[in-house]
Amino acid sequence: MSLLASESEILAPLASGWFLEHAWLIPVIPAIAFALIILIGKRLPMKGSELGVLSMISSLVLAAGAGYQWIQRTNSATEDQFVEPVIKSWSWWRSGGFDFGIGQHIDGLSILVLIVVAFISTLVQIYSLEYLRGDRRYTHFFAALTLFSGGMLAMVLADNMMLFLLGWEIMGLCSFMLIGHWWEEDANSRAALKAFFTVRTGDVGLLVGISMLYFSANDWTQEHLGVSGFSIRGISAWALSGAPNSTVITIAAVALFIACIGKSGQFPLHTWLPDAMAGPTPVSSLLHSSTMVVAGVYLVARLYPVFFVGLNILGSGGNLIVIIGGITIVISAALAFVQNDIKRVLAYSTVSQLGYMMLGLGAGAWLPAVFHIFTHAFFKACLFLGAGSISHSASHHSFDMKRDMGGLRKVMPITFTTWIISTLALCGVFPFSGFFSKDEIIDNVGHNGYNLFMIIGLIGAFMTAAYMTRATYLTFFGEPRGASAGHADHGDTHNSHDADASHDAHDVEQSHGPHESGLLITIPLIILSVLALSSGFLNATPFGESWERMKLWVEPRSVEVVEETHLGGPGESLIINLPSAEEVHSKSVCGSAQPETGICYAPQLNHAPFKWLKAMMSMAIVFLGIAISWILSTLLFTKRAPRLVGLTQRVKILGFGHKLLVNKYYLDVLYEKVIVRSIAYPVARAAYWFNQNILDGILHAIANSTRKISGWVYKNVDQLVVDGTVNNSATLTKSLGTAAQPTQSGKVSQYAALLFSAAAVAALVLVIINT
Amino acid sequence: MIAQNIGFLIIAIVMIVAALRVVTTNNVVHAALWLVVVLAGAAAQYILLAAEFVAVTQVLVYIGAVMVLFLFGTMLTRARIGAESDLNNSYKKLGIPVGLVMLVAMGLALTDSFGDEKLPESAKVVSTQEVSDQIFGPYLLPFWALSFVLLAAVVGAIVLARKD
Amino acid sequence: MFVNQFLFLGAILFCIGVYGVVARKNAVLMLMSIEIILNSVNINLLTFALRNGSTDGHVFALYIIAVAAAEVGVGLGLVLLVYRNKKTISIDDLSEMRG
Repeated sequence: MSLLASESEILAPLASGWFLEHAWLIPVIPAIAFALIILIGKRLPMKGSELGVLSMISSLVLAAGAGYQWIQRTNSATEDQFVEPVIKSWSWWRSGGFDFGIGQHIDGLSILVLIVVAFISTLVQIYSLEYLRGDRRYTHFFAALTLFSGGMLAMVLADNMMLFLLGWEIMGLCSFMLIGHWWEEDANSRAALKAFFTVRTGDVGLLVGISMLYFSANDWTQEHLGVSGFSIRGISAWALSGAPNSTVITIAAVALFIACIGKSGQFPLHTWLPDAMAGPTPVSSLLHSSTMVVAGVYLVARLYPVFFVGLNILGSGGNLIVIIGGITIVISAALAFVQNDIKRVLAYSTVSQLGYMMLGLGAGAWLPAVFHIFTHAFFKACLFLGAGSISHSASHHSFDMKRDMGGLRKVMPITFTTWIISTLALCGVFPFSGFFSKDEIIDNVGHNGYNLFMIIGLIGAFMTAAYMTRATYLTFFGEPRGASAGHADHGDTHNSHDADASHDAHDVEQSHGPHESGLLITIPLIILSVLALSSGFLNATPFGESWERMKLWVEPRSVEVVEETHLGGPGESLIINLPSAEEVHSKSVCGSAQPETGICYAPQLNHAPFKWLKAMMSMAIVFLGIAISWILSTLLFTKRAPRLVGLTQRVKILGFGHKLLVNKYYLDVLYEKVIVRSIAYPVARAAYWFNQNILDGILHAIANSTRKISGWVYKNVDQLVVDGTVNNSATLTKSLGTAAQPTQSGKVSQYAALLFSAAAVAALVLVIINT
Repeated sequence: MIAQNIGFLIIAIVMIVAALRVVTTNNVVHAALWLVVVLAGAAAQYILLAAEFVAVTQVLVYIGAVMVLFLFGTMLTRARIGAESDLNNSYKKLGIPVGLVMLVAMGLALTDSFGDEKLPESAKVVSTQEVSDQIFGPYLLPFWALSFVLLAAVVGAIVLARKD
Repeated sequence: MFVNQFLFLGAILFCIGVYGVVARKNAVLMLMSIEIILNSVNINLLTFALRNGSTDGHVFALYIIAVAAAEVGVGLGLVLLVYRNKKTISIDDLSEMRG
């Protein structure tokens, strides 16, 4: 002990507080609110929506308090101290030796996502008060929205994989309910089903991954940490301990990543996400852009050690995550060019941004990817709510940019301004938040040796700038068209997803033509755009170390933790195995080798040094994208330049590309026509063939021979012998039936007598046999 | 021991006679009253079997509550208070052999399995605390299930019996 | 005391109950016979509890009493319903299930 104490430093207990200890209340409040809305919501003055909004506000307050205390906790630690997460765990149920816990695992990552989810949920619920006013399932909408928030918050702070799975599935269910909110329209219910089934396909991977991790990690975690193999902390430590079998952990990581592909809309399961835009716009904004779809990214970030070790991140020139992320970035950005529906452009943009996050995680840029979750949530929510604002107040519930929008910048100044800010943030222009996260991802990907993927990231940035410019141009510039010009043809021609949003009360108001939306809509927009502008400064790498707050607060420190078991519970008495003085700045062994004395919870990652030159270069690429797209848009949509209009019809390659994009790379065709049919059809065809050739053949053969035989038999046997027998047997059957009929008398007593006598006889037989 | 055996014998004979009266009497109300005798005898046997809590519960639930239900059921279905001739059905004759065959089967099995095994002499009375420790310990789940059964029965009985 | 004296008492009561279920036409009397059967089962359970020196039998005896109470409640509800619709509680008159 004295030897150890000389090398290590006994550290003071970390600061904690009420909010951190009681963070589990954050998801409990929406869950209770959900039950109340379902039970009594319809009788309340605001149809239950006030319960939803209030519960989200209180969750937000709790999350903010926990965030503040977490910052204090990190500040109370020394620079090289591992900041223990605040973990609480209770036994939920036991079954056959398995102990399923329920509890909270609060660290920087979960706090960050908790705050984002609670914040965006609050704003979206406020926005929905106005957007869905008068909807026929208003109460149910708020109930599902609140339940979603509860599920997501529970998933985020889960301390074990079972609770995580629970939250994950609740989100999937709510997503289904909310996409299909207007299920009367066939397209909506089909989109809901598609989303549900596609995500379920991936969820199989989650189940497989969780059970594999449990069965391989349980022994180790019980021995070293005293927790079950479901515990996130236990799994993380196990993955970095050097104990796991490399094949097992690789398969588990791949299985978990399949779940992430489904949930986060990565290639090749991204097809559900754009269709999910059939739901109401607040739903698209909350679930399908800023919060639910980052669940997959969150899973990767949460169990990062598993992926780090399993997929050998940093150790090879490419792995599953970066490849999927890279493919997703490019193909979905390309798809965004051919969409006319503004929400679909944003949907593909979301898919593409999720690809960036995955790319970052896969390339060892953990912090920038997590930071991108944070910033992306704000500007993407803002863009979606902006699109909703346009359709609500200007384009008569249409989302078609080419037909019903254009020139809206003058009539909707607030929506326009917030949109522009968020667009610039999304493109990654310098002082806006997207720059600080997305550029960091690209930079770190290159720094960690994934040069090819850095180029893909830059191409993606170019494409992002270009398609967002196109969408902005079509929506806000040029001449007003269709509904936004005031001559709205009522509901019959335009391709609207929200067409039956709220016909009754609003149509009177709508007929005044385009106008700015109400305060309940614009205030969330303004708040979000302010955050889209400023949230990047929380981790502004360009301004030096002191600006990198997120790194300090969120990133887990990769130091070995040596726990003294005899000095009380975990978190109270920690001894950090500090390296000796000359080694202080060398690499920690976490992630790269087996820890010798302690336990690692996070792998050692690099951070790319910021260079203005690189930032300038990517900025130049972005501006190039904006400029080219602007010129092309002006020529194509306003001036109708004859050389450009109809280009896709004239040039074959372009036409082919356009067709490919319009058909979404034929992936839906592949899934629905090829894969489903290739499974369903051969079975059916084989059954048919079997039926036709074998069974029928046998039958025909039998029939033919029978006919021949029967011809002979008929003459000789049938007429003479059988006829008599048949007649006799028919008579016999009839008399038997008549004889048996009394047993079916319908009289209960008789049934009872028969039952008991049968039982008695059987019992007697049994007794006699056994004695 | 002798006293207990004598007690058992008396109670057992009374119970058997009473049970036979329940299934043979021609008066519904009398049948209910004979049933009281059977149930009370059963409660007495429970005490002999060192199960006082079950015995008390038997008295409270069966003789107290269930019998009242039976009498009310008799009243509401307007059975004649006096003797009635057609309480039995035509399967009466089938019932006797069925019962006898069962009795023979069980008797054979019992003599074969337990022969002249004796109950432990110094059995101490099982306290209510021990029973509750069992119910609220290992048998908690069946207890919950039972609560739901009772709830469902209450709801079902009301739904069935109310007039509308 | 022998184990068998209680078990035989239970067996006899059980058979009497079975006879009652088979022979009785009146629905209320049928329910009473079922009560006799349930009580005989309880006697068996408690006998074995005493024999094995465990309290499990007590727990199940209590559960059976509770279930029997529920059964009587629902059963008499059904009888009342039948009486209201058919003006009789004779089981023999309820032969809608005749094959």
